[in-house]
Amino acid sequence: MKEKNKIESAAEKLNLAVSSLNKDRYILSLYITGSTCRSELAIRNLKKICEEYLEGGYDLEVIDLYQKPNLAVGDQIIAAPTLIKKFPLPFRRIIGDMSDKKKVLLGLDLKEIKEK
Amino acid sequence: MKKTKKKIFNNILPKSPTGIQGFDEITAGGLPKGRPTLVCGGAGCGKTLFGIEFLVRGATQFNESGVFMSFEETNEELTTNVASLGFDLDDLIKNKKIALDHVHIERSEIEETGEYDLEGLFVRLGYAIDSIGAKRVVLDTIESLFAGLPNQLILRAELRRLFRWLKEKGVTAIITGERGDETFTRQGLEEYVSDCVIMLDHRVTEQTSTRRLRIVKYRGSMHGTNEYPFLIDENGFSVLPVTSLGLMHNVSDERVLSGIKVLDEMLEGKGYYRGSTILVSGTAGVGKTSIAAHFAEAACKRGERVLFFCFEESPSQLMRNMLSIGINLKTWVQKGLLQFQATRPTFYGLEMHLATTHKLVNDFKPNIVIMDPINTFVVGDKDLEVKTMLIRIVDFLKANQITALFTSLTDNHSAIENTDVGISSIIDTWLLLRDIELNGERNRGMYVLKSRGMANSNQIREFILTNHGVELREVYVGASGVLTGSARIAQEALENAEVLTRKQDIERKKREIERKRKTLKSQIAAMNASFEAEESEVNKMIKTEQDMIKQLEQDKIEMAASRNADKENSKTKILKK
Repeated sequence: MKEKNKIESAAEKLNLAVSSLNKDRYILSLYITGSTCRSELAIRNLKKICEEYLEGGYDLEVIDLYQKPNLAVGDQIIAAPTLIKKFPLPFRRIIGDMSDKKKVLLGLDLKEIKEK
Repeated sequence: MKKTKKKIFNNILPKSPTGIQGFDEITAGGLPKGRPTLVCGGAGCGKTLFGIEFLVRGATQFNESGVFMSFEETNEELTTNVASLGFDLDDLIKNKKIALDHVHIERSEIEETGEYDLEGLFVRLGYAIDSIGAKRVVLDTIESLFAGLPNQLILRAELRRLFRWLKEKGVTAIITGERGDETFTRQGLEEYVSDCVIMLDHRVTEQTSTRRLRIVKYRGSMHGTNEYPFLIDENGFSVLPVTSLGLMHNVSDERVLSGIKVLDEMLEGKGYYRGSTILVSGTAGVGKTSIAAHFAEAACKRGERVLFFCFEESPSQLMRNMLSIGINLKTWVQKGLLQFQATRPTFYGLEMHLATTHKLVNDFKPNIVIMDPINTFVVGDKDLEVKTMLIRIVDFLKANQITALFTSLTDNHSAIENTDVGISSIIDTWLLLRDIELNGERNRGMYVLKSRGMANSNQIREFILTNHGVELREVYVGASGVLTGSARIAQEALENAEVLTRKQDIERKKREIERKRKTLKSQIAAMNASFEAEESEVNKMIKTEQDMIKQLEQDKIEMAASRNADKENSKTKILKK
């Protein structure tokens, strides 16, 4: 009985941890190709949105594919710029210069938060 | 001849050999080096395989490494799929000869948020190319991008850029594309890749499928324009160009005996030419296979190797049947000089037949190939294909100096000189077997319809199957023309009878004259006898007369002596006497 309780509590803990991560931290990777206008624009747009909606509750990593081309395979990058939302699930890739704010929010599953 | 041609082409447009059997021949060297080539075709026609073989052969035969970017299959799937064709991708990847990159696009994961480009793909491809120093690239099937990325305008512009970029990179690329309804590819890729377009096709006619390849376009190079059948077997891709061999093969003056003595005599006494093509045609049951079996036996006896394709009988059935005419083929099979290959013609398509023929001939290295019969290939309206296939087989065999003997069944209703498959023009020696119906019986006759390069007999010989093989009777040269079977026997009997009658006539006449002579002789004898009788009578009379005269004289003397006494008495005595 004791063991069972232990397991249950462990599972609960994990769930809690995940849900807290879910709520709190977004793990984002933005893949760009060099410092082109489009890259710059994408970074600017994304940062604006993140600050507005996530308020520091996110980790954004900007990766220049020209510097690290080997990373393109792992994350299945085709288009540039590509923003990958690794967490929270579902996994999403948002391509383009992030100028369509509505779609970026849709991709980040943030629309509901905004409405709230 | 071929080499010089290749050289000229190399000067104009450098080519990258694919190593795919037959393909380099029809393109005079391979794909355009440093340019993209579009390979399009429907589902399951072998596009991916063409691409992967291009890379594998490049890596193994030409020391050019390659990148395979797959938009459909994962790396594991691809490796497993091509392993069945004997390609060990894992090994090649380990040795940095081949790099696989699976591009996965999931439409539901993607959100478009403005302007973008496909630089990511470029970077990936560029990285893969640079990491192994690739010279060859295959993109299979890039059209999947259209399903994954909604913005067609960007996509098209980027694809155009991609192909230009590939050219700049100097890699020989193959881009595969699914066949569209009216265009070569569904997304009109031919618009961007315009140096070389290859179309693969997979058609099913009469329930047998045939794969075909056609070079739609090849900028800056001469190429075969035909549809070439190709096949995919355990050794990968092989294209079978009908014109690849041409008519350049060397011929031999050597002769090979047919195994039938009289037949050899009909062909200048020496038999067929080595490396020639012999057709034995005829109606059902005239003994075509028997002639083939004789040829096979004779060749095996000389120690030559024979490959016997039977399309109607199983080898054991054929051997049993041939034993009945005294040909024992089993011993040669056991000695390894004779090999049977029995398949139904409908078992697989013509191209597969062609390929198996190629393969078997290359493996077994026979001196003689027999196909019995060839017209079973004709199922439905495939005359043309059968013909081209046979031409290719003949070309192939001729180029290898292999003597080929085909048998062909002629339809009873069509002209006897008409072979179903219409290959008479590629045949060197044509033996025609026909049955001659006369006097309520059927007899077999054989003649040499044509035989290139030799003075052949023009006679129809009677052809008899005996328990010690095929026998050709001597020609009956009579006033009544060619006679066979019982008619010939009857005619012979008739002639014999005539001779006999004449003989008897003479005998009779001889006897008659003898009799006459005898009669004459006996008459002479009779006459002689009567003459003798008369003569003796006469002699007798003369004698009596003389005696009488003597007596008279005696009497006269006596009278004179006794003149005065009894003169009267003596006179009466003489009178009484």
